[in-house]
Amino acid sequence: MTARRLRPTAVLLAVLVGIGALIGLLVYGVRATGPGHTLDDAIARGERPAAPALALPALDGGGTRALAGYRGTVVVLNYWASWCTPCRQESPLLERWQRRIAGRGATVLGIDSLDVTADARAFIRRYHLTYPMWRDRDGATQHRFGVTGYPETLVVDRRGRIAALQRGPVDDAFLRRAVLPLLTEPA
Amino acid sequence: MTPRLVALAVAALLLAQPASALAASCPRTSLAAMENEVMCLVCGVPLALADAPQAQRERAFITTMVRQCRSKHEIEAALVAQYGPRVLALPKASGFRLAAYLVPALAAAAVAGAIALVAARRRRPSPGRALADGPALDPRHAAKIDADLERYR
Repeated sequence: MTARRLRPTAVLLAVLVGIGALIGLLVYGVRATGPGHTLDDAIARGERPAAPALALPALDGGGTRALAGYRGTVVVLNYWASWCTPCRQESPLLERWQRRIAGRGATVLGIDSLDVTADARAFIRRYHLTYPMWRDRDGATQHRFGVTGYPETLVVDRRGRIAALQRGPVDDAFLRRAVLPLLTEPA
Repeated sequence: MTPRLVALAVAALLLAQPASALAASCPRTSLAAMENEVMCLVCGVPLALADAPQAQRERAFITTMVRQCRSKHEIEAALVAQYGPRVLALPKASGFRLAAYLVPALAAAAVAGAIALVAARRRRPSPGRALADGPALDPRHAAKIDADLERYR
């Protein structure tokens, strides 16, 4: 095979490799940043998938906290932001539930996301929220939980598994259905 | 002009200078200038194109800092402190985000290389290429073609 005959093949190969690399990069980018629906599917099948690892700074600046540190506790994990209108209606309900479940080995845990810290603190003061608050400034943890909007809530059982989730604001009926049965389960 | 008037004029000039300097430097940027440089994180588009509640809050945050006479660089730094580096429309050249700069550069280089290669080939055909391309003509066919060409002269 002469060099002249080899050259078009080599160019074609290089072009194909380049196109393949671009497609690979696109797929990687979409998979890395896009929302996943595997949690929703698993919960719809009645499964309890393990909650993804989550470690974030506390909103009050008290250092980084990990969800793994809540093993043995039922956690109502609520993604919210101060600019989110439904969050204003939902937060007083979550606070009532915090007071209801705090003495029974459970807690509401707020994740303030894509928000200005001062706004978040003002929101907490305004609605007298007492449950722990973490801060996910750029929403980097959202895709792990398939969060695409605000508010969204996931209920984690005492063994660190996601037992229920709500895409959108929660209501009392959801919390009764999703949280109360978990309170009687052993760790 | 009396010495008192001269003194007053000098004092007025001295007082006016810092005020005019301040007026010239404030505001140091504008909301419109910032809107194309930063992203609405919820929408995934530049802030200039977004109207979501998060975008409105981001605009208010920027407007406050513009009024405080902050520079574009300072406002970007404050936005990154609040929302993280993803808030910047032009990503930092590190990690996976480096691809945002490398891929277009490599693609442009590949296209330029291909164009240069094709242009060079067309400009400088190799000697004897016509002979090298394809099999030699049968002498009878060559004679027939020559005869046909003669008729059309």
